Amino acid sequence: MNMHSSVNSTTAFDTSSQSDQDVLISLDHVSLSFGGVKAISDISFNIKKGEIRAIIGPNGAGKTSMLNVINGFYHPQEGTITWRGKVRRKMKPYEAASNGIARTFQNVALFKGMSTLDNIMTGRGLKMKTNFFWQCLRVGPALKEEIANREKVEEIIEFLEIQHIRRTPVGRLPYGLQKRVELARALAMEPELLLLDEPMAGMNIEEKTDMSRFILDVNDQYGTTIALIEHDMGVVMDLSDRVVVLDYGRKIADGAPKEVQSSQAVIDAYLGVSH
Amino acid sequence: MFYRETGQFKTNYADDQAIFPIAQDRWGIYIILGLAFLAAPLIMDDYWGNAILIPFLIYSLIALGLNILVGYCGQISLGTAAFMAVGSYASFKLMTSFPGLDFTIVVILSGLMTALVGMMFGLPSLRIKGFYLAVATLAAQFFLIWLFNKVEWFYNYSATGQISAPERTAFMFPVTGPSASVLYKYYFCLCIVVITALATKNVVRGRIGRSWMAIRDMDIAAELIGVRPVYAKLSAFAFSSFLIGMGGALYFGVWLGAAEPTEAFGIDQSFQILFMVIIGGLGSILGAFLGAGFLWLLPIVLKNFMVDMLGLSTAFSEHMQVIIVGALIIIFLIVEPHGLARLWQILKEKMRLWPFPH
Ligand SMILES: Nc1ncnc2c1ncn2[C@@H]1O[C@H](COP(=O)(O)OP(=O)(O)O)[C@@H](O)[C@H]1O
Ligand SMILES: [Mg+2]
Repeated sequence: MNMHSSVNSTTAFDTSSQSDQDVLISLDHVSLSFGGVKAISDISFNIKKGEIRAIIGPNGAGKTSMLNVINGFYHPQEGTITWRGKVRRKMKPYEAASNGIARTFQNVALFKGMSTLDNIMTGRGLKMKTNFFWQCLRVGPALKEEIANREKVEEIIEFLEIQHIRRTPVGRLPYGLQKRVELARALAMEPELLLLDEPMAGMNIEEKTDMSRFILDVNDQYGTTIALIEHDMGVVMDLSDRVVVLDYGRKIADGAPKEVQSSQAVIDAYLGVSH
Repeated sequence: MFYRETGQFKTNYADDQAIFPIAQDRWGIYIILGLAFLAAPLIMDDYWGNAILIPFLIYSLIALGLNILVGYCGQISLGTAAFMAVGSYASFKLMTSFPGLDFTIVVILSGLMTALVGMMFGLPSLRIKGFYLAVATLAAQFFLIWLFNKVEWFYNYSATGQISAPERTAFMFPVTGPSASVLYKYYFCLCIVVITALATKNVVRGRIGRSWMAIRDMDIAAELIGVRPVYAKLSAFAFSSFLIGMGGALYFGVWLGAAEPTEAFGIDQSFQILFMVIIGGLGSILGAFLGAGFLWLLPIVLKNFMVDMLGLSTAFSEHMQVIIVGALIIIFLIVEPHGLARLWQILKEKMRLWPFPH
């Protein structure tokens, strides 16, 4: 089961330097401010193809803003973003989506009035092409497309073990399951880069274990590159290949989990905030 | 006991995604359609046709149109009556300019024309939401009605400023004008409403319908998963106005026969239809029919009951009607925003479990 064949086959590399080949996205000297508040100051870092990249830091450090910059929700005042080897112009969120960037939100952002199934089907929207008139008739290509995409969605439903809540309106689901449906909706897009904003916040140990397993499996089976914001250091150590640490909108460390954990700047930042 | 999914296994996704996956629902629809097509002619007379069934069908169609915009896409509109007017005036101009044109074509073209106008007035929705959008659509209401009053071309320079429908046929049967039979009119409206409701049901179950609901429920998340707000919102405005425009053409051409902008398409009409959608159920096709039926029949039932049976005054009955409708809207908005359609659904869920609730 390779969900990413379509995305991978269209990926074009036109980088000159050999070492950049495996960089999926790179941010260079990016700054973002809201009025007087500087959310991100002069941050550079990259995400390599196929890795799990953790972004950590105290509250208000600028982690969510970082994801918002990556998927085109905010536009940085300074710096450049290079996506698949090409400097990216100002990009709208739906363009980022059609470029293969999916995400989940810190506060669950599901479509409350729709069932689990419809929420995930909505994630297939970009893969569906039949026009309005076929959709009115819902026969021929429209029906075929609907069924083909439904099959894909059922694969994801099975993968994330949410068969039993298929028909449930998502508003009625407990928080942990809502987070899982949100992940399913993002996966339905068959993204190349998946941004997860605190996917385990507010979960109990068991739910965290499940979610960790799903994240690893997504990365493993589908080859999806993942950027992950997470506060639980244990989870970060277990899951991530590399970690970038933010504090007050600045990057204070970047590297393998072990290195970062022992870095003095990181220890200071965490001690300074949480104690 | 009798309303059950149990035992009805779906072996493929096509069956699972059928329009009415539960057999009892399917039979319910067949029975209603059977009654509408075969039994209604037996009781059809001027009163049943012109006072009850035809306006019910036309209001259902218009409420369905508004429900797409408000209930499915979450964009509020107070300009419904003005869009009905666009459909009416378009049909009037088409009927008088092309006398040989089949009225079916007139209705469809009027719908398309209204869709264009609706899209234009939907443009503000790309920038503003909620209350501000409501005010912008209110501007559409006043501007369009003013236009139809002011520009004589729209009413063919008639001295009264009224428009009146000449006799036109649909598939050789006369459906407009004073001599058209009420039975033909009824069938014509019924066919249009049934086909439109089917198409709408299909659209809301597919990609486009889901993109509307995504925008309604969480527009930011919708955009981040690739729904283009411009497409979703404008297509909702267009499809919604298409139905309202067709409804307007029927309202004027088939039902009223003559119309004058300020009276037939006033702001109170816009509210009346919005109330139908709210009471019937936001985001429900069945709800559009329930709401239209309820609000259209309520005054008739109240009048029959209070004036004819209890001997109370007409004025009193009218006041009661306003009070009841007002109270219902408050109740539905607070207690059950999904309206009568949800109450029906809850009843069905209960029936599914009956007689063993646990
Ligand atoms: N839309 C916004 N308007 C104004 N300030 C914002 C906005 N979004 C984020 N910020 C500010 O940017 C800083 C970083 O926020 P955020 O990225 O949400 O942090 P984190 O996710 O690391 O907790 C905070 O000071 C926050 O108040
Ligand atoms: Mg955050």
